[in-house]
Amino acid sequence: MKNVRQSLCAAILASAFAGSVYAQQSDGGTIERALETYRSMMKSDPWSNPGMLDVDRGETLWKTAAGPNNVSLEGCDLGLGPGKVDGAFAELPRYFADVDRVMDVEARLLWCMVKLQGFDRLKLLTRPHPSAGMPVRDLGAIATYVAYRSNGRSFAATFSHPKEKEMLALGEALFFRRSGPMDFACSTCHGDSGKRIRLQPLPFFSKPEEARRIVGEWPAYRVSTTHVMTMQHRIYDCFWQMRLPEVELGSEVSVALISYLVKQAEGGEINVPGMKR
Amino acid sequence: MMGKRRIRFVLLACIALVGSSWAQEIDAIDEARIDAATRAAFPRASADWLSRFKADQTLEACSRYRDAPPAETTRTIAAQESATIQYPPDGKLIGDWKRGEQIAQSGYGLRFTDYPSTRENGGNCYACHQLTKEEVSYGTIGPSLVDYGKIRRFSEPDTKAAYEKIYNSHATFPCSPMPRFGTNGVLTMEQIKDIVALMMSPESPVNRP
Repeated sequence: MKNVRQSLCAAILASAFAGSVYAQQSDGGTIERALETYRSMMKSDPWSNPGMLDVDRGETLWKTAAGPNNVSLEGCDLGLGPGKVDGAFAELPRYFADVDRVMDVEARLLWCMVKLQGFDRLKLLTRPHPSAGMPVRDLGAIATYVAYRSNGRSFAATFSHPKEKEMLALGEALFFRRSGPMDFACSTCHGDSGKRIRLQPLPFFSKPEEARRIVGEWPAYRVSTTHVMTMQHRIYDCFWQMRLPEVELGSEVSVALISYLVKQAEGGEINVPGMKR
Repeated sequence: MMGKRRIRFVLLACIALVGSSWAQEIDAIDEARIDAATRAAFPRASADWLSRFKADQTLEACSRYRDAPPAETTRTIAAQESATIQYPPDGKLIGDWKRGEQIAQSGYGLRFTDYPSTRENGGNCYACHQLTKEEVSYGTIGPSLVDYGKIRRFSEPDTKAAYEKIYNSHATFPCSPMPRFGTNGVLTMEQIKDIVALMMSPESPVNRP
């Protein structure tokens, strides 16, 4: 039933988008306005967002005993205490004393799934992101659920611990660091307002107004690939496009970049899962 | 009237302001720390792939100055990058615009899903530039190149300049966001000539009304 509903939603969305793209190819702004209309329709009925199915799935996964240790993730501390989900995402990334490092929601969930549930870390890190047409993996669904439970709150990570400050500095340096055969940095595409690649508008992440508007939409449902894409997956995709190797989920590099984005989006409202092209 | 000193002061203040808006209470970080984090984040990458993170002098300067290097560095970059440009032995810089259009459309190549390679690399020009009027799906990171050759009266010096900008954009615009297609081996000399043809041939749709 879920699958039927999901593919139905996807089909309706895809045709709606295909139609608007076809008719309005010459104007990227029109596409954005169409998307905006769609997003506002979604707000009036959040359950029309196919990403909500993964929020649902994530909740079940969070609460169900699993893994070699056969325990649920309710013992997982996302920063506010074991099992406390509400508002936890809004304060991530943060420093966790038990691992002595800074983690975003996905890095933390990975750690909990390995440490508490006994899952094989390497297995979780092998092909951790879905290919087009496949649903987001369990870890991503749980991350989407956790993020959803901060909806309506503002990004409020403090970056006050020395290791948090260091992570932010690392993220900023990486954001502007050019490398690879194309000489790209994150800032090559995200360093100015009002730019686009082909027809896709690009957010200027160093401008807080834009960062606040965009970062709070992730994890997001992507119409073109019919699945929820997490922030770790999004960054992995950027590295792919930059002609760089596969960045590991939960690595310092990805957590640092997410820290930089979240810092720019400070005070912005969380409203997930967002809806993307 | 504004004195020279005053102007200099205002300029410096502006630079400081821009600098501080970038910094946003974020500390600087050690290069070695960045390298270590990078090595750890790509545990499955071969040495060959990891070498893609190694920045040459130009990229290092562009990263350090956030693509706005001081005048002296700008001159150094331009000179160094100009020296890497290779020209066709027969001096002919204009290839086939039809092939150029295909190369401009294609974003294929060098991504980790592009191996083993099944076709030639693309230039993906349309990702950032408008070129022909027929193609409406174009990006805006770079300037529009519609009528590029026509505006320049298809002149020889401008043809050479176009070739050089594609081969190595930093030779003309140090710290340009555009890839150094020739120097970095993304495109072959023949492919670059084809893109030059797309920009500079009177028959090319870039220049046709």
